Amino acid sequence: MGTLVDARNIRGVYYTGAKDVVAVDDVSIRVEEGEVLGLAGESGSGKTTLGSIISLIARPPLHVEQGTLEIDGKVQELGGDARIPRTWRGSVVSMLPQGAMNSISPTKRVRHLVWDVMRSHDRRISKEVALDRARERITALGLPVRVLDAYPHQLSGGMKQRVVTIISTLLNPRLLVADEPTSALDVSSQKILIEMLLEMLDQKFMSGVIFVTHDLPVLRTVATKIAVMYQGRVVESGPTQLMVDRPQHPYTKALMSSVLTPEPKYSKIRIEGMSGFDRTSFDAPAVIHS
Amino acid sequence: MIYDVSHLTKVFGRGRHQVRAVDDVSFELEEGQITTIVGESGSGKSTVARMLLGLLPITSGTLTFRGKDVTHLRDRAEYWRQVQAVFQDPFSSFNQFFTVGKLLNRSMKLVGKEAGQQRLEESLGHVGMDLEVLDRYPHQLSGGQRQRVMIARALMMRPALLIADEATSMLDASLRVNILNVLTDLRDSLGMTVLFITHDIGQACYLADRVLVMEHGKMVEQGPTDEVIFSPRHAYTKRLLADVPKLHSALELEQP
Repeated sequence: MGTLVDARNIRGVYYTGAKDVVAVDDVSIRVEEGEVLGLAGESGSGKTTLGSIISLIARPPLHVEQGTLEIDGKVQELGGDARIPRTWRGSVVSMLPQGAMNSISPTKRVRHLVWDVMRSHDRRISKEVALDRARERITALGLPVRVLDAYPHQLSGGMKQRVVTIISTLLNPRLLVADEPTSALDVSSQKILIEMLLEMLDQKFMSGVIFVTHDLPVLRTVATKIAVMYQGRVVESGPTQLMVDRPQHPYTKALMSSVLTPEPKYSKIRIEGMSGFDRTSFDAPAVIHS
Repeated sequence: MIYDVSHLTKVFGRGRHQVRAVDDVSFELEEGQITTIVGESGSGKSTVARMLLGLLPITSGTLTFRGKDVTHLRDRAEYWRQVQAVFQDPFSSFNQFFTVGKLLNRSMKLVGKEAGQQRLEESLGHVGMDLEVLDRYPHQLSGGQRQRVMIARALMMRPALLIADEATSMLDASLRVNILNVLTDLRDSLGMTVLFITHDIGQACYLADRVLVMEHGKMVEQGPTDEVIFSPRHAYTKRLLADVPKLHSALELEQP
């Protein structure tokens, strides 16, 4: 299958007055058709900033100084004063921001949000058509249709997150950028959401996903490829299994070694995490596995 | 045994809207051990911690600390010298306008001036920080540093029991290990008893001597870490473990 998204040489800077903060420093990433790219890193590594630049929602104080985004062969300039056609936002690339599930209006039923999202992209769409689309999706993914009539507080955290995920792809975007979609959920709800995401990809509700998270074990279950970010740069990227089992870059090694999972060895040994590594070694050149 | 919790129950609301958040929970804390309560959101684990701290009235049950009934204490000042807590959010538990020094000064007053200064240096030493941090404001510290300051604050009282409620949940994985190591060091060097509450079985596995598992307000399984995590008996514990994403695929095959 071909390349879905090719983002090249992206540089994103926060203009904060006193001094500029380069959050994304000349980063290039690719997502193949049907693939989930995991974007991993610590807080402040620039992963969310990169996600929002690619989903075309960068706003001041964040400025995209350079970069191009190619989707399905169509090239869009991102840097400087480039005009981004509004048809791209939401329908070519869709963003599921962190904490979206807690941003649904508490006084409106879920179906109102569906209608709101659909209407903002197609002024003439009727309420019935919009809701039919949502009902169809919800049924196809095995969720109860009544969630549309519920108020947010009547849904559990896991269900809310599944609902906003479905709503974020109602417009059939080519790419979905999901920012920490599982981080606020407990492990069982995480698993259900990930299975649903893969199912959505299978049914072609979207053609590719960028999954932004700090949670490496979650990425191993969902991602085809992983890119690790550190201080605004991608330090290593490659197929998931390779990244997990044989990381090359010192930073990736350090990151992998600080993960605690319930495996027998962890109850016996002491792990030093990041502090056991020499921080200067993290500046080593990037390792890009094909 | 330093703490005995017996038939602890907490009911919120009344009548039709009644919720049994904690339902007849009993367990003991051994002196000098780290005990972890694991459970998903809504399992009641934080409610247990808040009752132990005396921050929430108890519906029924008894709490015995060092042989003394502490279920309904009028004056908790002495109790809180011995039982201290660290909470989840190191960003909101700080007063933004206080330097770290001012924050710790308040605890110093409780200890007394002369012993206080020494205790302060000692506490910061335990969490691996130097005295420079005293002049800093919270916004100048990272999440991990703030949480270590919060632990140092709790240590000022030289508590016998430290209750840490999701103390590492808001930190990056790389900083998390650091805090967990501080806790194991405190156990090993001061013989401190720790009750650590988390939803993350990986952390429980790394840290705990004993693990307690809660589901819907009930304590469904408890025992030594190796037994509970590597040969769980209760169906809920098994499911919880099966749902945890592992980093290495080979280990998933080993799972029963």
